[in-house]
Amino acid sequence: MGTAFEGPGPDAVFAARLAEGVFEIQKCDGCGTHVFHPRVICPACGGAALGWVAPTGRGTVHARTIVRRRPEKGGDYNVVLVDLEEGVRMMSRVDGIANDDITAGLRVTATIGKGADGEPAVVFRPEGAMS
Amino acid sequence: MSLRGRAAIVGAALAGCGEAHGKTSMEITIEAAHGALADAGMSLHEVDAIATCQPLDMLSGLTLAQELGLRPKFTMNNRMGGSSFLSHTLWAAMLLELRLADTVLICYGSNQRTASGKLMTALGLPTHEAPYRPLFPLSSYALAADRHMTQFGTTREQLADVAVAARAWARKNPDAFVRDPLTREDVMASRLVSDPLRVRDCCLVTDGGGALVMRRAETARDHPQPPVYLLGGGEGTTHRDISEMADLTVTGAVQSGRAAMAMAGLRPADIDVVQLYDAFTINVILFLEDLGFCAKGEGGAFVEGGGIAPGGHLPVNTNGGGLSCVHPGMYGIFTLVEAVRQLRGEAGERQIPGAEIALAHGNGGVLSSQVTNILGTGATL
Repeated sequence: MGTAFEGPGPDAVFAARLAEGVFEIQKCDGCGTHVFHPRVICPACGGAALGWVAPTGRGTVHARTIVRRRPEKGGDYNVVLVDLEEGVRMMSRVDGIANDDITAGLRVTATIGKGADGEPAVVFRPEGAMS
Repeated sequence: MSLRGRAAIVGAALAGCGEAHGKTSMEITIEAAHGALADAGMSLHEVDAIATCQPLDMLSGLTLAQELGLRPKFTMNNRMGGSSFLSHTLWAAMLLELRLADTVLICYGSNQRTASGKLMTALGLPTHEAPYRPLFPLSSYALAADRHMTQFGTTREQLADVAVAARAWARKNPDAFVRDPLTREDVMASRLVSDPLRVRDCCLVTDGGGALVMRRAETARDHPQPPVYLLGGGEGTTHRDISEMADLTVTGAVQSGRAAMAMAGLRPADIDVVQLYDAFTINVILFLEDLGFCAKGEGGAFVEGGGIAPGGHLPVNTNGGGLSCVHPGMYGIFTLVEAVRQLRGEAGERQIPGAEIALAHGNGGVLSSQVTNILGTGATL
């Protein structure tokens, strides 16, 4: 296989796959560490052989904040840090639950929703709330 | 070879703090530089190295040389956010020790309050955080505060007490921007912005500038003011984006503090007065823990009920801090200027009697860069 230096960079690959409805993170072929956000080299071992894998999508809320916003401007929204089962952390949002009910330790599952400008973005729902 | 006591601050000044109507950031910077040189009894053309970091001008070191009319041997423009100036002092000490420069001018200014009324920054949101619209930089600190509360039981009241202590100090400082009384209840009743942080957990938005002149210790006594020696320093960079911070409750101040203490040959118990970059109330709790003034997780109890206020067990942010004195966007240089004031014994009503050793600590980004300086009077050499 090639290295991360060939072709589009990892950020572009991530965005392109997300646009196709696929959420993937990187995994180092050298040391086995999972990596997010997308990088050129593995921050654990420095190797450049980062491949793409599908995470289970299961994770746990590590911390959360609620951004307070006037109702006429769209109302409050949550911002969370989620730890995925693979050991990586990402910023995201939890949908399908009242903001005040989101606390550290909440089990969540990833889905692909919309970001601030309507772009595809990984968001989460409480575990078991998927229909 | 150690840099302990090898370089000293021989001039310090503030300019344009509060509101500096009609002035640009660089004009405030130059005014501070002029003041620091006058304080040092020096002329501009004795300066042979400069350091700055400005809110929007990415090439501000070049602009500074131009506006001063200097052709410096070295121009330092390293940008790490509000901690930059505490890094500039360390690089200055290295240049001086190696005799690559004889006089280093470190300066900063920002007109963010009168120019924009909010934090003025050249930064945008990180690619993988932008979709979720965190407030920059507030939500990042809110996430760290939330985690600290979850993990250690730190309370909302304890966060409030950091702001209350800062205000109590500001009330003793005629130059502080906000000096009205502030109670824990006032903080708790203030508007929520990004849970758990409220408006009164956030630093001010002011204008202001500061400047320092540094020279080798061997010439530091040739100036009107008593020298303030750099006894130790260290840095710690852990991430750029909050989502990449390995442990939201442990900052790079562990590394920067240990390095500074080791160089200075001191322990936290030796420090007489502490100046911490308090962009948000949670910062003070984190840095007190990480710098070794209390154990991890005990920062909340340490600040509770006036622990760091006048009359408490450790004087922290005696000028009123970024929370109540001045915060033009990159506060680090003000921690140094206040440390100098305290060690010269010129802090008026807020003076810590007999202060010989001060710790100044800068924070940059979103708890990303931590830089510690330990300063001392001639008696500490």
